[in-house]
Amino acid sequence: MSANPPPIAGFFPRDRTWHPKALTPDYKTSVLRSPARPLVAFGNTLSETTGPAFGHDMLGPLDNDLTLNFARPGMSAIGERIIVGGRVLDEAGRPVPNVLIEFWQANAGGRYRHKKDGYLAPLDPDFGGCGRTISDDKGGYHFRTVRPGPYPWPNGPNDWRPAHIHFSVFGHGFAQRLITQMYFEGDPLIARCPIVRTINDPKAIAQLTARLDMNASVPMDALAYRFDIVLRGSRSTLFDNRMEGN
Amino acid sequence: MTGSTLPPLYPFRESPSQTAGPYVHIGLTPNVCGITGVYAADLGATMVSATTKGQRITLEGRIIDGSGAPLKDALVEIWQADADGVYHARATEAFCGWARSAADPDTGVFRFETVKPGRVPFPDGRLQAPHINVWIVARGINLGLNTRIYFADEAEANEADPVLGRIEHRDRVATLIASGDGQTYCHDIHLQGPQETVFFDI
Ligand SMILES: [Fe+3]
Repeated sequence: MSANPPPIAGFFPRDRTWHPKALTPDYKTSVLRSPARPLVAFGNTLSETTGPAFGHDMLGPLDNDLTLNFARPGMSAIGERIIVGGRVLDEAGRPVPNVLIEFWQANAGGRYRHKKDGYLAPLDPDFGGCGRTISDDKGGYHFRTVRPGPYPWPNGPNDWRPAHIHFSVFGHGFAQRLITQMYFEGDPLIARCPIVRTINDPKAIAQLTARLDMNASVPMDALAYRFDIVLRGSRSTLFDNRMEGN
Repeated sequence: MTGSTLPPLYPFRESPSQTAGPYVHIGLTPNVCGITGVYAADLGATMVSATTKGQRITLEGRIIDGSGAPLKDALVEIWQADADGVYHARATEAFCGWARSAADPDTGVFRFETVKPGRVPFPDGRLQAPHINVWIVARGINLGLNTRIYFADEAEANEADPVLGRIEHRDRVATLIASGDGQTYCHDIHLQGPQETVFFDI
């Protein structure tokens, strides 16, 4: 693997039937926030194939540990201790190294540290709820946290979000920018959630469902969940005219 | 999908998007929403320094929903070339072409202090008009929205811009053009309605 990947000629088109549609009325907030006119398509230019890069040197030692990064000295966040990790890949299965991954979540009780969150579950004084890391040279990443609680939200009369972690991922081009959410294997709230159900294909929902990975867990310390992230594939300039998905 | 029984040509599909939700600022601009001490500063807060070349500008605007109300929980990221039309993946001391701004929780205004970008080539060698690439996420937006901001005082370049040229309904081109006095440019982005902004499938 080269430290300087060849310039990107363009990304694989986004499959907009795989992603949620903009207008999904069962998720009520989408009704007034969804563009109604067709998107205008054009081939990628440098404006789309380039994007910001971040160095490992920007990370603090606790950036990937939500159990400690907001905790008072000697304390740690309350909840079920977990390690979340996996790989960042592209659609051709190639690792995507050196990309920034940011994550945020509610605490173990399902409460966010945010002035607009009025859920009666308590704040944890030792939990902030944000973290970040950068994928390694094989696309791998991991972080420590506590398993977030489910929480109710105003949509239908009794809608609850399944336990989830929000993810923001950069690629190597601005057109790869992606925000999504990770769910937990076995959560009965996944199938009931109007936000999850903005996605049509059960296989796509399965792709956002992290699996319990006992082999990656640390005995007497933390369970592990495996969550691979896939970004758009790309054609590189040097091999523009070759057929294999270089 | 075609219903073909052949195995897929590529082993993976892009992770499907989910909304950034109402608390996106906890993750992406934690200092703005009162979570301090985790990161020294929010990422993407500063683009220019004393050594930045080019015409300093302030870009501000709002994201407007279908009822005419500004989104107060949106997050906007921009990506742009420097004054010479060059994209820098790595921020330098002089310039960072990427930034993010949380909409103001009371007014919904996003703001960037930057420089006017230079012209970037289109793949066929023509020059694109100066523009800033914009990505918008928020509660209620299921997949981040891509648009661009062009400049009203670049009429000639805008006229020849290959991307603006792709817009079939010419009256919609105006939805991508920020007006300004050379220092401050204002640009509201409309998610719906008669002024709906052009969003791109890139
Ligand atoms: Fe959430």
